[in-house]
Amino acid sequence: MSLRIVVTVKYVPDATGDRHFAEDLTVDRDDVDGLLSELDEYAVEQALQIADDADDADDAEITVLTVGPEDAKDALRKALSMGADKAIHVEDDDLHGTDVIGTSLVLAKAIEKAGYDLVISGMASTDGTAGVVPALLAERLGVPQVTLLSEVSVEDGVVKGRRDGDSASEQLEASLPAVVSVTDQSGEARYPSFKGIMAAKKKPVESWDLSDLDLEAEEVGLEGAWTKVDSATERPARTAGTIVKDEGEGGKQLAEFLAGQKFI
Amino acid sequence: MAEVLVYVDHVDGAVRKPTLELLTLARRIGEPVALALGSGAENTAAALAEHGAGKVLTHDAAEYADYLVVPKVDALQAAYEAVSPAAVLIPSSAEGKEIAARLAVRIGSGIITDAVDLEAGDEGPVATQSAFAASFTTKSRVSKGTPVITVKPNSAPVEAAPAAGAVEALSVSFSDKATGTKVTGRTPRESTGRPELTEAAIVVSGGRGVNGAENFAIIEALADSLGAAVGASRAAVDAGWYPHSNQVGQTGKAVSPQLYIASGISGAIQHRAGMQTSKTIVAINKDAEAPIFDLVDYGVVGDLFDVVPQLTDEVKTRKG
Ligand SMILES: Cc1cc2nc3c(=O)[nH]c(=O)nc-3n(C[C@H](O)[C@H](O)[C@H](O)COP(=O)(O)OP(=O)(O)OC[C@H]3O[C@@H](n4cnc5c(N)ncnc54)[C@H](O)[C@@H]3O)c2cc1C
Ligand SMILES: Cc1cc2nc3c(=O)[nH]c(=O)nc-3n(C[C@H](O)[C@H](O)[C@H](O)COP(=O)(O)OP(=O)(O)OC[C@H]3O[C@@H](n4cnc5c(N)ncnc54)[C@H](O)[C@@H]3O)c2cc1C
Repeated sequence: MSLRIVVTVKYVPDATGDRHFAEDLTVDRDDVDGLLSELDEYAVEQALQIADDADDADDAEITVLTVGPEDAKDALRKALSMGADKAIHVEDDDLHGTDVIGTSLVLAKAIEKAGYDLVISGMASTDGTAGVVPALLAERLGVPQVTLLSEVSVEDGVVKGRRDGDSASEQLEASLPAVVSVTDQSGEARYPSFKGIMAAKKKPVESWDLSDLDLEAEEVGLEGAWTKVDSATERPARTAGTIVKDEGEGGKQLAEFLAGQKFI
Repeated sequence: MAEVLVYVDHVDGAVRKPTLELLTLARRIGEPVALALGSGAENTAAALAEHGAGKVLTHDAAEYADYLVVPKVDALQAAYEAVSPAAVLIPSSAEGKEIAARLAVRIGSGIITDAVDLEAGDEGPVATQSAFAASFTTKSRVSKGTPVITVKPNSAPVEAAPAAGAVEALSVSFSDKATGTKVTGRTPRESTGRPELTEAAIVVSGGRGVNGAENFAIIEALADSLGAAVGASRAAVDAGWYPHSNQVGQTGKAVSPQLYIASGISGAIQHRAGMQTSKTIVAINKDAEAPIFDLVDYGVVGDLFDVVPQLTDEVKTRKG
C-alpha cells in the first residue's frame, strides 16, 4: 500500500535580515531575502525518514506544498533537493495578506485535491509564529491532530509520537489519515547533497490558483481576512545600557546595579 | 454588560497565574465567565471568583486526559453556545493556541495569537502583538465573528476584583472526532521547586559559555539566591546540559520577566525572540562584541565563572 505524505512548507523572510512591514501592514517581502522556514526543514526530514521506514519505501511519496508568492518556489526547490518527490505551489495575487484562518482554508483544499494519508507541518513558521496551522488543518480535514512531536513514527497505518508539554511528556497515537507537526527536537534536518540539488531541478512543480481549488477571492487575502492589523510600529531601540569590564569586581558591581533596581 | 468567556488553565484545581491575568484583561472588555475543565475543575471557583469571574462553568470527564485537544474544543464550543460571549480569551500555551484555533474555525471567527495586551475598542477588542522577535509592536483586531484571542503570560497584572463566581455544571457532548488522538502514556515533569519559567519575575539563563551540565549548578545557585527560574539557550539544551523544557527562545519558552540575566549566551535572533520583552536585561559574556550587549541595561564583559559566583555571594550577603 502506498503512503502519500504531504509536507506543508512556508516561504518566509530571513530572520537574520532586517524584517519589517509594508505599507499595507503585511510582511514586506521585497527588502529581505526569503527562504524555506527553518522549522519546516524538520518536517521535511521526518517525512523522508517515515518514507524510508515505510513497508515498501518505493511506494511512499512525498509532496511538498506551499501557499505563497512567486519566489516561494525557492522553498519548494530546497525541500525537493532534500529528497521530496514533487511539489505544489498555490499562487494567486488574491492571496496577498491572507491570515491563519484563510491560509488553513487554502492549504486544506490543496491537501484534499492532492490526496494524502499523512500531513506533516512544522511546529510554527518563523515569521507569523502562530503555531496554529496544523491544528486548523486537522479541524478542517476532519482527521486526528498529532502535533508538536519531538519523536514520530508510522507503522501499519498508525502514527505514534511523543509530545513534550509544559507539565508532562505524552505518548500519542492515532490512525491515518492524520495531521502531524514536529518540533526542532525531532532530529537534525539533512543538508541537500549536490546530487539532490541537481535532481530537484527535474522534479515536477505544479502551480495551482484559487480557481483550481474552487475558492473565491473574497474568501482569502487582505480583504477576506478574519483579522485586521491597524498599526505596526517599530520598537524603539533600547537605550544603551551600562557595560563594565570585569576587573575582579564585576559580580559586586552587578549586585550594586541589581540592588539599585530593587531586585535584591 | 457583555460576557467574555475565559478558558481556565489549572492543575488539579490550582489556577495558573496566566489565567488570573486573563481575568484582568477580560474585565476591560466585559464580564468574565470562566470555563474550567477536567479533574478538580470545581475547585478553581474560589480563585476565579476572587479575580472577577461572575460565573464559573465546569465539566469533568475522562476524555480530557485520555485524548488530545479535541474534547476541550468540544467543551469550549458548548460553553460558547451557552454564553454567546463578546470574546473568547485563552492563555497562549501550545495547547491553548490549538484549542483556540479549532474553536475559531468552528464558529467562523478570526483568531489573534500571542497578544501581549488587550483593550476595548470601537470595533471590538484591540490586541497588541509583538512581531519579528519583538522588533515590532502591532495592534490588531478580529474583523469577522467573535474575537478569539490567546494571551501570553505576564501580559497583565493579577488584580483582585471579587465577583459572584457562581458554579454551573456545563453539559458537553463529545463529537465523534474527540477520541481521534489517544494519549497512551504520560510522564509528569519533575518539579524543581523553582518558579515556573514563563511566570517567573526573574529568570537566570545559561548558554554554551556555561560549558557543561555540571557547571549549570552555578547558574542554579544564582537563580536560587534571587528566587528565580532557570533558563537555557538552545545550544546548551542541544548539548544535553539542561532540559528542553527550560529552553528560552523562538522554539522554547517566551519569557517576559522583570529581570533577565543571560550568562554565556551570545544573543542570537532566535534567543532574543523569547526574551527581548523582559523589562530589565543583564548579560555576562566574555566577548565584548556579543550581540546580547545591544539589548542590555547592564552588561559585564568577563568570565562567567568569576562573575556569577561573586554575584551569588553578594546577593546572599545583601539578603542576609
Ligand atoms: C507577525 C505576524 C503576526 C501575525 N498574526 C496573525 C494573527 O494573530 N492572526 C492571524 O490570523 N494571522 C496572523 N498572521 C498571518 C499568518 O501568520 C499567516 O497568514 C500565515 O500564512 C499562517 O500563519 P503562521 O505563519 O503564523 O503559521 P504557523 O501556524 O506558525 O505555521 C505552522 C506550520 O504551518 C505550515 N504553514 C503555515 N503557513 C503556510 C503556508 N503559507 N504555506 C505552506 N505551509 C504553511 C508550515 O508547515 C508551518 O510550519 C500574522 C503574520 C505575521 C507576519
Ligand atoms: C529555527 C531555529 C530556532 C531556534 N530556536 C532557538 C531558541 O528557542 N532558543 C535559543 O537560545 N536558540 C535558538 N536557536 C539557536 C540560535 O540560533 C543560537 O544558535 C543559540 O541561541 C546559541 O546559543 P548560545 O548563545 O548559548 O551559544 P553561542 O552562540 O555559542 O554563544 C556562547 C556565548 O558564550 C560566551 N562565553 C563562552 N565562554 C564564556 C565564559 N567562560 N564566560 C562568559 N561568556 C562566555 C561566548 O562569548 C558566546 O557569546 C534556534 C535556531 C534556529 C535555526
